[in-house]
Amino acid sequence: MADNLAPHWRLRAQRYQLVGNVCLKCDAKFFPPRQVCAKCRGTEFDLFQFSGRGELYSFTTLRSAPAGFEQYAPYSVGMIKLDEGPMVEAMLTDVNEDKLTIGMRVEMVTRKIREEDGERGLLVYGYKFRPSDA
Amino acid sequence: MRDVSIIGIGQTPVREHWEKDLRQLATAAVLAALQDAHVDQVDAIYVGNMLSGELTRQEHLGALIADQLGMSGVAAMKVEAACGAGGSAVHAGYLAIASGQYRRVAVVGVEKMTDLWNGSVTAGLAMAADGEYEAANGISFVGLNALMMRRYMYEYDLVEEDFAPFALNAHKNAVHNPNAMFRKSVTLEQFTKAKKVADPISLFDASPVCDGAAALILSRSENLNGNAARAVAIQASALATDTLALHDRQDPLWLRAVELSSIKAYAQAGVTPQDINLFELHDAFSIVAPMSLEAAGFAPRGAGTYLARDGGISLYGKLPISTMGGLKARGHPIGASGVYQVVEATQQLRGEAGKNQVPNARIAMTQSLGGVAATAATHILKGKN
Amino acid sequence: MKPKREVGIVGYGAYVPRYRIKASEIARVWGGADDGLPIEEKAVPGLDEDTITMSVEAARNALARAQIDPRTLRAVWVGSESHPYAVKPSSTLVAEALGASGAILAGDWQFACKAGTEAMQAAIALVGSEMTDYALAIGMDTAQGRPHDALEYTAGAGGGAYIMGPAENALAVLEGSYSYVTDTPDFFRRAYQHYPEHGNRFTGEPAYFAHTLAATQNFLELMQLTPRDFQWAIFHQPNAKFPLQAAAQLGFTRDQVAPGLLVNKIGNTYAGAALIGMTNVLDNAKPGDRILLVSFGSGAGSDAFSYVVTDKILERRDLAKRTAWYTARRELIDYARYARFRNKLVMN
Repeated sequence: MADNLAPHWRLRAQRYQLVGNVCLKCDAKFFPPRQVCAKCRGTEFDLFQFSGRGELYSFTTLRSAPAGFEQYAPYSVGMIKLDEGPMVEAMLTDVNEDKLTIGMRVEMVTRKIREEDGERGLLVYGYKFRPSDA
Repeated sequence: MRDVSIIGIGQTPVREHWEKDLRQLATAAVLAALQDAHVDQVDAIYVGNMLSGELTRQEHLGALIADQLGMSGVAAMKVEAACGAGGSAVHAGYLAIASGQYRRVAVVGVEKMTDLWNGSVTAGLAMAADGEYEAANGISFVGLNALMMRRYMYEYDLVEEDFAPFALNAHKNAVHNPNAMFRKSVTLEQFTKAKKVADPISLFDASPVCDGAAALILSRSENLNGNAARAVAIQASALATDTLALHDRQDPLWLRAVELSSIKAYAQAGVTPQDINLFELHDAFSIVAPMSLEAAGFAPRGAGTYLARDGGISLYGKLPISTMGGLKARGHPIGASGVYQVVEATQQLRGEAGKNQVPNARIAMTQSLGGVAATAATHILKGKN
Repeated sequence: MKPKREVGIVGYGAYVPRYRIKASEIARVWGGADDGLPIEEKAVPGLDEDTITMSVEAARNALARAQIDPRTLRAVWVGSESHPYAVKPSSTLVAEALGASGAILAGDWQFACKAGTEAMQAAIALVGSEMTDYALAIGMDTAQGRPHDALEYTAGAGGGAYIMGPAENALAVLEGSYSYVTDTPDFFRRAYQHYPEHGNRFTGEPAYFAHTLAATQNFLELMQLTPRDFQWAIFHQPNAKFPLQAAAQLGFTRDQVAPGLLVNKIGNTYAGAALIGMTNVLDNAKPGDRILLVSFGSGAGSDAFSYVVTDKILERRDLAKRTAWYTARRELIDYARYARFRNKLVMN
């Protein structure tokens, strides 16, 4: 039997499409979506799909990976300031670490994030970011 | 509210304790604290711990430790707030007495980390951050701190070497602390040549994976059981929180929970940052030190590293920090660190810090942080002299 | 074959991963190639890429050019011989990522290198029968060749995605299509095997050439067209030699074939090969140009299509990254990194 199917499945809209939400009261946009607005504590929202475009706020390259990610190490991760406002953290792909700079334009791509349970388990897909001109 | 005092302290050395498990470490620390306080019973036990379930397949630490101490029957519970579990347990213990409910309680912080290999520990520690949006993207805890440090260096035009004084100071102070993990000083050259773990964070910017336990006996100040001469008063115990995920912060370079809990603590104790004689801060990574100094009001924004120049943070400096080695060199057994800080501050205020004694230490502050400072537990302690 | 309703390509998109390995590097490891190097270099997917992720990006490019709401798609079909799961569709994930899941057909196609054009035929039929307005067909592969096998030099990664829809909204209108299939065991991979087996020279004359030529010749005859009526022709390209040879035998010139011939730079992208040749042609074609697209899949069969480019292409082709953007980005890797990326290192 495979574990952890539902938790990954629940997040598919966030992982595959960067679906967050927007507060109907104060227009603040959130990724991931929230139940209570962090700005005005409003509780009514519309879903909002982010464009996936933004700029690199910060980055690093991990030499040793958490369990489940060993096969990808070393890999770079970053904080991305989306054009619509919110920040996301994600792995960076299709880029050599010496080319990373703060402020560089990046775009969302859908990639394999990890494999559950080696060759038997679920393949987990989600957002990563790459330089827009990569 | 009743006044609360520390009447006993105990600690195990911070090590890779291959021969000791979690219950042995915690029990040893509490026994030492009971002995130090010359008492043999408490009304309640608060266990600060983060990862016992994940790393040692053991939860329900309250009942476990009470049982191991031969105190089954007392109130006991685990307090978890990631790396801030220790400070949060002290806060819980403080409230238990301040509320009038209990007369005497034990607080013990314990973490047993070395039974699993590095990747599992890294994955465990990542649970301090947002599991679905940080850890699930392969971002480790050191990774989050590296993201902050890179941006901090960019904003304030700093280089890695500007952070060296924090690591060098911690290692220097650990030399004379028999309970510290790394009792060796580090040179600037070693620091600059150190291997990067997650650039710009190098090996000497990060605290180690280790085991340890530290304990306190807290009592109503009105009845100190003959411990009046050595008792240390808890003048403030303040907890505050920030967004769990770094990416949810309006300003990722400002530790809001540190600011809030510090302000609350200063108000409770009726002091200002200028009154603090030493500060045990949460230097799990070098970057956290300057950011804590800023948010706690010891340095202007972006100027935290300046404070560390020219021995400003040494035992004889303007604001001694990490006086027994800090998380960096004493070691950072996650849920225990916040209690070690209070134990060490008590040693300083009692005048029992040996070669690491801060001259004229009268008021000490400790600050235990959980996650990327999503929890901040600040304590202000006052000694007798 | 021609649908009742006029159908065309309303959106298309390419994908090629950024890593390349030179054929000469592979030859270095194995002490030289037997019959010279079949191509210059091939594209290699990164550690986080597979047919699903590559399909998603190509399909997003197609959607951007189609300028349609993804919820109007009624089919997402992915043709590949390298679906990441043996059981569980690639297509459902692709549909979800596009925002097209729900009231939609989805399925994975397998017909060696013809799986993508087979999906295209089906998408044409679905739209042409007026069952729906829009259907997405993808041909994408991260092909594997056994180390030291001739296929290792050519097995590349990439492909194309096509949204088929009503001709009024098309960038290129379908004139007709044809399919020619026999049972010819030139190349196969049994269940649970990592690498395919191939019949060496048996893959040539009785397989690639027999089907490619038969499909093209029969199709041209039915359509009453000759090679001179086409500005461009794309043939399946397992190596640099076969498509040029087939084109010559059919009477097409090198100039007609050149823009659709990417195998030398990205390798044989299997189910994606003919389709990504087509994306590059569409990137560069003029309104009015007639394009011949002929695939070949082992097992074996060929699909042939004739499209005429419309003037809508001028305003829509730059709404997504061009094929040349993908072929131009290039990070050269050595055999050691290639072995790591392609899961050829035995770790336990």
